[in-house]
Amino acid sequence: MIQARLRSFIEPAVTALLFFALWELMCRVFQIPEFVLPTPSRTVAALVKDWNLIWPNAQQTLITTMIGFCISVVFGMALGILVGSSAFLNRCLSPLLVAFNSVPKVAVVPVLVLWFGIGTVPAVLTAFVLSFFPITVNVAAGVAATDRELIDVLRSLGASQWDVIVKAGIPRSLPYFFASLKIAITLAFVGSVIAETVASNNGIGYLMLSASASFKIPLVFASLLFIGFLGVSMYAVTAFLETRLTSWNAHTADQANFAIGG
Amino acid sequence: MNTRTDGPRAGANVTAIRPQQLQSASQGQAAPLIEIDGVSLTYGEDHHSVLALHDFSLKVARGEFAAIVGPSGCGKSTFLKLVSGLRRPTAGTVTVANQTVDKPVKIVGMAFQNAALMPWRTCLENVMLPFEVVQPHRKRKRTDYALHRERAVALLASVGLADALSRYPAQLSGGMQQRVALCRSLVHEPELLLVDEPFSALDAFTREELWDVLQGLHAQRRFTVVLVTHDLTEAVYLADAVHVLSARPGRVIHSEIIRIHRPRTPRDRFMPAFADMVLSLRSKIGAARGQVS
Repeated sequence: MIQARLRSFIEPAVTALLFFALWELMCRVFQIPEFVLPTPSRTVAALVKDWNLIWPNAQQTLITTMIGFCISVVFGMALGILVGSSAFLNRCLSPLLVAFNSVPKVAVVPVLVLWFGIGTVPAVLTAFVLSFFPITVNVAAGVAATDRELIDVLRSLGASQWDVIVKAGIPRSLPYFFASLKIAITLAFVGSVIAETVASNNGIGYLMLSASASFKIPLVFASLLFIGFLGVSMYAVTAFLETRLTSWNAHTADQANFAIGG
Repeated sequence: MNTRTDGPRAGANVTAIRPQQLQSASQGQAAPLIEIDGVSLTYGEDHHSVLALHDFSLKVARGEFAAIVGPSGCGKSTFLKLVSGLRRPTAGTVTVANQTVDKPVKIVGMAFQNAALMPWRTCLENVMLPFEVVQPHRKRKRTDYALHRERAVALLASVGLADALSRYPAQLSGGMQQRVALCRSLVHEPELLLVDEPFSALDAFTREELWDVLQGLHAQRRFTVVLVTHDLTEAVYLADAVHVLSARPGRVIHSEIIRIHRPRTPRDRFMPAFADMVLSLRSKIGAARGQVS
């Protein structure tokens, strides 16, 4: 068991190292100019050198992302429970949600800027707009997957609709919810960085844009690397929460985890 | 299937194995617990509507163990939904414990073919569920916790699950899950237990074991049971009265009082009289199926 867990950690780590080694090798063998693709070693060097520049901007992005993500969790879950527990609301809202989700979110950023000006608010909202959909869809699917006969058991005991949602619907939807969190957190990062690129004076997105404008390509890649690291870290946190809080689901072997992306 | 199965002794509707120790059955008792009178139920709307039950009448006495058998799709499960108040009849009246049923009845416990346990709860927590939902237990959920827990533990122990209290449903076999589901349906001591093919997904040995578990619980607590099944051996072995439904739209076409002494043992199932009863019921169902096909 321990060995299996160790292996599941070592194998991807080795793959990642190989990837960076290959990248380094390609850059050196083909003498790719630094302003096209800097080597990983140059990128890490830039990360260290410009840490004072990257860290405050990364913090800004992280905070923006987390606020947007938290709003998503609350809103997405509430909407998902509503849609999943009522066939009527499902009929009313599903087409609207699908339509909303098919709008390219980048196109929404200028509108948000128009309403809220340049800065943190549009970035938070973009992170929210990008990440709530998978949460809503998955929670709705989870609540709707509640065993019909369990509902009958509860209702015959005199449970109200609210009781059924609290006792059966929400716990049933938790595995779906956590699966969707892993997608939502990465989408939230995408959202905040996009918004910072278009309309902000700080954050990683802004830093990358201004660095590339002044041809500091290693800095661009250093920022990319770090934002990637942040994304992976947050993903790991949500994955950890998932295994911790829905361990019962791991026993249910045939229970597939659905995660629908947005 | 046809009427060929009519055995030489099948004509005898009432077959007594030990007539001197008659079990009280459905007739001639005090006011019945369940009284269904001329009930019809239509599913769906307009053009796609299905008449599930028509002119359905049935009485089940307090403390009686009634079994409902019939060809598949005859509305057996629909009937349970009517009794539990999960559905309302299109016509006719359903009365349970002297009250016309127009909302979910509070005095029932239900169990199904699918154990329908909560996979995120341990066995004990699953069995405790009714205390969190049913009034008046719910109001006293906190103050009576110890008492409730004691009752749940005792019940689980009585079906042989004393060691499985803190295990999760996915860690249990199908038979054990079904035992937990039975406990959950009985822990709040309902007057009426409604069970819908609870043993049909189990292997033969487990099923026969659980027949005796249910028989034991019934003997001990004297609740009223309505068992829906298509296993005739199960029906005859467990019930005081077996009611045969017609093909859809379902109604009772034959009722048979089973006068086998209780407690019944696996031995009883191999008695000629037992086989005759099963055979006779089987021919009734064969005839009912013949009506449509």
